[in-house]
Amino acid sequence: MNPQPLLLTFKLASITSVLLLVIALPIAYWLAFGKFKGRGVVEALIGMPLVLPPSVIGFYLLLAFSPSHWFGAWIEDVLGLRLVFSFPGLVIASILYSLPFMVYPIRAGLQSLPTSLREASYTLGKGERETFFKVLLPNCKPAILTAFVLTFAHTVGEFGVVLMIGGNIPGVTKVASVAIYNEVEALNYTAANQYAMVLFAVTFVILLLVYSVNNRLLRVRQPA
Amino acid sequence: MYILLTTAYSVSDNLLEVQIRHTLHTAHGILPMEVTFALPKAGIMALTGPSGAGKTTLLKQIAGLIMPESGSITFNGEPWLNTPSNVHLPAQARNIGFVFQDYALFPHLTVLGNLLFALPRGSKPDIAHELLEITGLTGLAQRKPHEISGGQQQRVALARALVRQPDLLLMDEPFAALDPDMRYQLQDLLLRLRRQHSFSAIVVTHNVGEIFRLSDHVAVMDSGKLLRFGTPSEIYLNEKEPAGEMLIYGEVLTCERSDDQLTVNAWIENRVRELKLPLHLEPQLAPGSAFTMRYSANPAQIRIVGG
Repeated sequence: MNPQPLLLTFKLASITSVLLLVIALPIAYWLAFGKFKGRGVVEALIGMPLVLPPSVIGFYLLLAFSPSHWFGAWIEDVLGLRLVFSFPGLVIASILYSLPFMVYPIRAGLQSLPTSLREASYTLGKGERETFFKVLLPNCKPAILTAFVLTFAHTVGEFGVVLMIGGNIPGVTKVASVAIYNEVEALNYTAANQYAMVLFAVTFVILLLVYSVNNRLLRVRQPA
Repeated sequence: MYILLTTAYSVSDNLLEVQIRHTLHTAHGILPMEVTFALPKAGIMALTGPSGAGKTTLLKQIAGLIMPESGSITFNGEPWLNTPSNVHLPAQARNIGFVFQDYALFPHLTVLGNLLFALPRGSKPDIAHELLEITGLTGLAQRKPHEISGGQQQRVALARALVRQPDLLLMDEPFAALDPDMRYQLQDLLLRLRRQHSFSAIVVTHNVGEIFRLSDHVAVMDSGKLLRFGTPSEIYLNEKEPAGEMLIYGEVLTCERSDDQLTVNAWIENRVRELKLPLHLEPQLAPGSAFTMRYSANPAQIRIVGG
């Protein structure tokens, strides 16, 4: 078994999860507490990847990323980056595709905190930013952990979007899920099974860890 | 009807002047809130009235946590709110302390950490340690809030609210969840802290004993309006101007029906009392339910105003 697709999968999932955490925190805060019109539109857009076939997102991203489209051309001009059939392209697509998996749990975590925690921080002279980082985030660790792992696992499980915009260039865009598909098409069931087993085992262990850690955190939070 | 007290004093003598119009969203629907009062001097003011009267909303408006639709708040001559001229000092800029009904201690910080959090940037931690000492919490400094009792949590909340040495301490039913002994001890602590740190305070409370023990003024609110304002004696003891109506808070223990009336045993002010009430109130008096009752000399006028 060539480990390269597996390594690529975990590299993609790690980079996507870290970047998405940074992007999702302000969005989740904004959705949880912001007062603005058009919230429904923003929420619907973020939730689209939950219901849309991955090939639809992949198709539009493929169009947008291609050098003949103004966006793809602009990125290539300004950053010297070609997004279609490239690893950076996969990262951007994964970020869009996994956005709800990061944003929704964190938003729910923030909203589940008693309002009085935020208010107490304000009456103690702290501004919104300090309250967010020093009071709200430390108290929704389970939600953040859940969001991070769901995003990671969801990115590991990506297939349609990756195939549409990445193709299967070994070492660049050929992730494990695509490798499994290729091996099955070539009737190479043993190799497919090896990739599949590794994904299955790793994903199971990650989820197991998360749920045990979360249960422990939640038990600690119970009032005496 | 509400009482306009500002006319009784010259503007500069007042510690706190409040004039607010707002819309209350209560369990019983939407109510217009209209409150005007002036607190003439430093001290402790009790704010009382049935649930849903708007007490917590008023307290949060004074704190700057809720923006009233219109009105003005002036503390010690400093405008905190003035909607016509777009003045709205944020909570962070009003020198207040706030003790929340649920204490709102930060679960991830220790007792000491909760107090240190409140320190303004760059200031020495002496005041935090001093407050731990006075409140008898030094031994618990490294515990997390969930590792200490309700009474201890209440002390932490009180100490934390005083770290910034506020001019005005706002307390939302601070001792309601405590047993009578602990309640008494903490009232004592509050009075002691006030002597040492000379702040003024507004305390939301249902407990008439507490009102007499702590406060020099009482404001009685109902349905978004300030009904009465005065000293505790004026409000509760003055025979010439009978409270006429007194609010009683309690919990139903038993409710028995006879031909012409209900015999209710209720837990009121830490005692079991028997009430004779008209039959039509039965649906609201299931054992275990809490009630607020408007009581007057004439029992026929007893009216339950909310749980």
